[in-house]
Amino acid sequence: MEKIKLTINGIETEVEQGSTILEAAKSVGVYIPTLCHLNLDGFEICNEVSSCRVCMVEVEGRPALVTACSEKCAPGMVVRTDSARALNGRRTVLELLLSNHPKDCLVCAKNLDCELQFLAKELNINQIHYEGEMMDYPVDTTSRSLIKDPNKCIMCRRCETMCNEVQTVGVLSALNRGFNAVVSPAFNLDMADTSCTFCGQCVAVCPTGALTEKNEVQKVWRQLNTPGKHVIVQVAPAVRVAIGELFGMEPGSISTGKLVAALRRLGFDAVFDTDWAADLTIMEEASELIHRIQHNGVLPLLTSCCPAWVNFIEHQFPDMLDIPSTSKSPQIMFGAMAKSYYASKMGLNVNDICVVSIMPCIAKKAEAARPELSIGDNSNVDIVISTRELGKMLHEAGVDFKRLADEDFDQLMGESTGASVIFGTTGGVIEAAVRTAYEWVTGETLEDVEFTQLRGLEGIRTASVQMGNITLNIGIAHGLGHARELLEGVRSGKYDLHAIEIMACPGGCIGGGGQPYHHGDVEILRKRQEALYQEDRNKHLRMSHQNPMIQKLYEEYLGEPYGELAHDLLHTTYTAKERI
Amino acid sequence: MKLNSFDALYELHENLISLLDLRSDELQADEAKSGPRDILVCGGTGCHSAQSAEIITALREKIANAGLEDIKVIQTGCFGFCAQGPIVKVQPENIFYVQVKMEDLDEIINSHLIGGKAVERLLYTDPRTKEKQKHYLDMDFYKKQKRVALHNCGLIDPECIDEAIANGGYLAIAKVLSSMTQDDVIYEITASGLRGRGGAGFPTGRKWGFTKASVSDEKYFICNADEGDPGAFMDRSLLEGDPHGILEGMMIGGYAIGADTGIIYIRAEYPLAVYRLETAIAQAREYGLLGKNILGTDFNFDVQISLGAGAFVCGEETALIRSLEGNRGEPTRKPPFPAESGYRGKPSNVNNVETLANVASIILKGADWYKTIGTKGSKGTKVFALAGKVNNIGLVEVPMGTTLREIIFEIGGGIEGDKKFKAVQTGGPSGGVITEADLDTPIDFESLTSIGSMMGSGGMIVMDEDNDMVEIAKFYLEFTMDESCGKCTPCRIGTKRIYEMLETLIEQKGDLETLEKLDALCRTIRETALCALGQTAPNPVLSTMKYFPEEYERYAKGEVNKAYSIDPEKCIGCTKCARSCPVSCISGKVKEVHVIDVSKCIACGACFTACPFQAIVKP
Repeated sequence: MEKIKLTINGIETEVEQGSTILEAAKSVGVYIPTLCHLNLDGFEICNEVSSCRVCMVEVEGRPALVTACSEKCAPGMVVRTDSARALNGRRTVLELLLSNHPKDCLVCAKNLDCELQFLAKELNINQIHYEGEMMDYPVDTTSRSLIKDPNKCIMCRRCETMCNEVQTVGVLSALNRGFNAVVSPAFNLDMADTSCTFCGQCVAVCPTGALTEKNEVQKVWRQLNTPGKHVIVQVAPAVRVAIGELFGMEPGSISTGKLVAALRRLGFDAVFDTDWAADLTIMEEASELIHRIQHNGVLPLLTSCCPAWVNFIEHQFPDMLDIPSTSKSPQIMFGAMAKSYYASKMGLNVNDICVVSIMPCIAKKAEAARPELSIGDNSNVDIVISTRELGKMLHEAGVDFKRLADEDFDQLMGESTGASVIFGTTGGVIEAAVRTAYEWVTGETLEDVEFTQLRGLEGIRTASVQMGNITLNIGIAHGLGHARELLEGVRSGKYDLHAIEIMACPGGCIGGGGQPYHHGDVEILRKRQEALYQEDRNKHLRMSHQNPMIQKLYEEYLGEPYGELAHDLLHTTYTAKERI
Repeated sequence: MKLNSFDALYELHENLISLLDLRSDELQADEAKSGPRDILVCGGTGCHSAQSAEIITALREKIANAGLEDIKVIQTGCFGFCAQGPIVKVQPENIFYVQVKMEDLDEIINSHLIGGKAVERLLYTDPRTKEKQKHYLDMDFYKKQKRVALHNCGLIDPECIDEAIANGGYLAIAKVLSSMTQDDVIYEITASGLRGRGGAGFPTGRKWGFTKASVSDEKYFICNADEGDPGAFMDRSLLEGDPHGILEGMMIGGYAIGADTGIIYIRAEYPLAVYRLETAIAQAREYGLLGKNILGTDFNFDVQISLGAGAFVCGEETALIRSLEGNRGEPTRKPPFPAESGYRGKPSNVNNVETLANVASIILKGADWYKTIGTKGSKGTKVFALAGKVNNIGLVEVPMGTTLREIIFEIGGGIEGDKKFKAVQTGGPSGGVITEADLDTPIDFESLTSIGSMMGSGGMIVMDEDNDMVEIAKFYLEFTMDESCGKCTPCRIGTKRIYEMLETLIEQKGDLETLEKLDALCRTIRETALCALGQTAPNPVLSTMKYFPEEYERYAKGEVNKAYSIDPEKCIGCTKCARSCPVSCISGKVKEVHVIDVSKCIACGACFTACPFQAIVKP
C-alpha cells in the first residue's frame, strides 16, 4: 500500500493511501470529535453520511472546512484541527444541534451515556448562542421494546443505516424536510404498527436519547416488594460478559458470580440461569434436527432462539415458516418450566410466581408479550429487563458490583454447560447443537468439543461437520441483512443446508440492543465474544445433554426430549405477518 | 418512417426547409400584402394559462370560416415576453401582438389578415417612448438579445419533429455520428468554452471527459430539468419550446461519454414540458432517431423521463441521482463524483437543460463560432428570467458580458413606475444582491461571484426603492429553510436560526448583537454545510448586510416605522378607514379626526385604499 505524507497541526505524518483525516489524526494523537460517524470494522457496519458536521477541520487551500471522517488524506495536505476557524465551525455546529435538543439531560434515559452530552463537554460549550424553536413531535411508546423520542433525534442516521443497510428491515428512514426532518417509520406510523423486529440495533447505536429501551425497572421493583409474590430471575449468557462495563470493569470481564450475588441482593427469591434453559433448548432442537433428517422432514432447520429473527421471518419470509425449529427460545423455555416444573417442585401457585429475565436484548421484551407464549393469561415470562436496565437497578439499590464476592446460581434451574454459554455469540447455538447431535448420532464420545469452523465474524458462514455417515451442512448468519441473503440463497437453491443458525444482531447477543453501549468501539464486542468462549472453556461439562439438572428434568417431569409433554410446553408456532 | 442513414435525414431536412419559409425575422413584408401567412401563437406555460390554447383553436376555426386557406396557425414555444402574453406573431410581416384575448381575434382577422391593416391597439407600447411598436426586432426587449439556446423557441412548433428538422434539428448528431470520435466531440465542446448553466459553471467538456474516462459496462447521461429557483423558468421554456434540441444535446453527450441511456429528471409541476418531451421522444423513436442503430450506425441511445416530486435540493446532482434511484432526495458527499459513481453506482453525467440546448449549435457551427460570443472566461449566451420591479418581464437570452444595466434598463425597459432602482438579485436563493455601483459589470460567472453574487441558474429579480432588503433576505431564507433536505446540521438548523433572527429583527425585538450573531452564523454555515444549497443559503443575508447595512441597523435599533398614520388636516372623520381595518386599530368618532394605534397596525394598507380623502400616510 502506498504511503502518503501530510501535516496535521504541524506534526508530519505518513499514512496509508485511503486513510481519512480522522484516522491520520488519531495516529498522531490528535483527537477530532465525531457524532454521526460509526464504523464497526469487521462487522460490515459503517455509517458515513458526513451529515452532522461535528468533525470539521481546516485544510490549507480549501475554501470551506472539510469533514475529517470522510475526507481522504492527500499528499502534502496541511490540516489544522485546532485553528480558530475549525474550532468555531465545530462549536457552532454543535451549538446548533443543542439549540434544537431538549435540555432535560438530568432525567433523560441516556444521561451520562449520551454522545451529544459528551461532545458538549469536550467542546467546552457553556452557552448556546442560537436559541430558537425546537422540534415538537409526539413520543412513540407504542412498542413493547423501545421508545422513540423524535425530539432528541439529531439526524445522524445511524439507526437508519442499521435498520436499512445492516438489518434490511427498512422501517426507519428520514421523513419531512428542513427543520422538521426526523427519522421515523414511513407515514409516521407507530413503531408497533410496522415490521420492526425490535432487534434494538437502532437503540444500540443511537448517540442520544432518541431511541431507548422501554424501561421496566419499576415493574420489577413492584414485584419484588409485593408480599406473597415469588419472584425469580434468569440471566442470559451474554449479560455476564457485559454487565461489568457498567461498573467500570474491563470489557470482556466475566462476572457471572458477581451477577448472581448482585441479583440476590436485589431480593429475588431464586437466581437462575438462562443457560440451563439453553441446554434444554439444545435437547429439543438437536432432537428435532435429527428427527427431521431421519424422517425426511423439512430442511434446513433454523434455530429459533432469537426473537428479532423470528419477527423478521414472520414479516419478510412468510412463505418459509415451516423451516424454523418449533422450539421456544431459552428465555421462554425457562419461563414455561418455571411455571410448571418449578412450581410443582416448590409447591407454588403459578399465579404467585413472577419470572423476570435479564436479557442483552430488547426484542425479548416483545417476545415475552407474544400471546402464544402464555398459558391463558399467564405469560411464560412476566418482565424482561435489559443488561443496561439491570445496571441502573443495581446502581439505584447501591450494590457495589465490583466488590461483590462470587456466588453460585440456585439449584434446579441454575446448572449449565459450556455449550449453553456460547449461545451468546454468533455460531454458538449451532455449535452447541452439533456437540450434542454428534454424540447422539454417532454414539461416540466427542473428544474435541470446539468446532472452530463454525466460529468467526463473517456475516455468512457455511461449514460441514461429519457425524458418522452423515455430513451435516451448516449455515450461520448474523445481522438480519446477512440472514436475508442466506434465506434467499436457501430459497433459490444456492445453499443446500441441514441447519442454520441466525442471530439478528451483528456478533450475536454480545452485540444485542440491550447491552451496555459500545459507542462505536468494536473491540468491546470482540472482548465480550472472547469472554464467552473462555467461560465455555472454564466449564467442566461442555455439552448440553451432560447437564445433570436437565437430565433430571426429563427423568422426573418431561419424559423424552421432543416428546409429548415437551411439545406442549417447549414448542411454539409462527404466524405470517404483513410487511409494512 | 425510420431514418436509416445520414442521407435519409439530410434529404428529409431539405424537403422540410420550406416549412419555415415565412418565419424569418428579416422578412418584413408589408401587412397589406396578401398571400400565405404563418400565425405563431405562444404555447408556453405562461401564455397557455392565459388561454393561448383556446386562442389557437378559435383562430383556426375563424380562419377556416373566413376561407383564408393559405394561413396557418402554429403553436410555438415561449417568446420570452411572458408578461405581455398571450403573444400572437404574424409572419412574414413580423407583426407582434401582445396580450391578445379571445375577443380580439375577429379584429385581427378582419382588420389585418383580410383588411391588410395591423391592429394598432394590440401592438406593444414601449414603456419609455410610449410608442406602439409593430415589429419584433424594433423592440428594446429583443434588440439586445442573442438567441442561441432559445433559437427554436417562438419559431417552431415544439410538438412537430418535422419543424425541428426543418430548422436543422438532429443534423448535429448526424455530423457527430458520421465524422467525429468521442474525443472529437469532447474536444469541440471543451474548446467552445461551454460551462454548465445550472449554476456552478463547471466546464461541460471536462465533465464529459471525466465520465468518458470512467470504465464501466453501463453509463448514464442525465438531463437535470429540476429547475427550482424562485422565478426561474428558462429550462421549462426550453423544454416546452424546443424539446428536440434538448434530446439532441443528450444524444451528443451520450455518444461522447459512451452512454446508451438518457434520463430526464424533471419536476412533476411542469406538465406541459413533460407532455412535449414525451411527444418529442415518441416522434424521435418513430424516426429512429432514438433507439437502436441510430441513422444506420451502431450508436444506440434512448431517453426516459423521471418525474421529481418538486424538492429544490434535487437539482443538486447527487441528490437528483438519489431521487432517481428511488431514495430520499439528499445530497451525498463528493467524492465520489457522479462521473465515477452515479446513478445505480455507474458513471453518470448530469447536465442542465440550458447547457444541453447549446450543444447542437456548437457542433454544427463549431467551437470557434461559439467562442466569439461572450467573455474571456464565460463563452456563449445566458438565459435570464427577468422579473420583479422592471417594465419588461420575461425570458431573455444575452451574450455573456452584457451588463446588468443593459438588461434592466434596455431589455427590461427600466424600473416600473419610474421608481428608483435599488438592487437586483441574481443566482436565486443562492445568490446575492447587486447594487447601482456594479450595474456596469459585464456579467459572467467570475464577475458575478466577485461582486458577491453568482450566476446561478439565471433568475434575476429587480428591486426598486420601496423594497425592504431585510424582508428580501427573509424571503429567500424562508425558501432555503423550507427546501433544505434536513441532512446536515448547518443547513437544517442553521437556516432556521437565521430565519428566526431575521424575524426577530423585523419585529424590532433584536439589537446590534443580533446582527453580529447573524453575520457570524451566516459565515459559519457557508463553510460547514454539506452541499451547495446549504453553503450558499446565507448569501442573500450576507450580501444585503454588506450593501444595505443601514437597513439592518435601523431594524436592530428599532427605528423602522411600519405603521400607517392619518393626516389630521385631511381626515374628515368619515370612518371608512376604521371599518376597513382588519385588526381594529383605528379609533375615532364620526366627523372627528381618526387615529391609528401604531403598536397594532399590521401595515396591510387597507385603510390607505379605503380613504377617499388621501388622509392616510404610508409608513
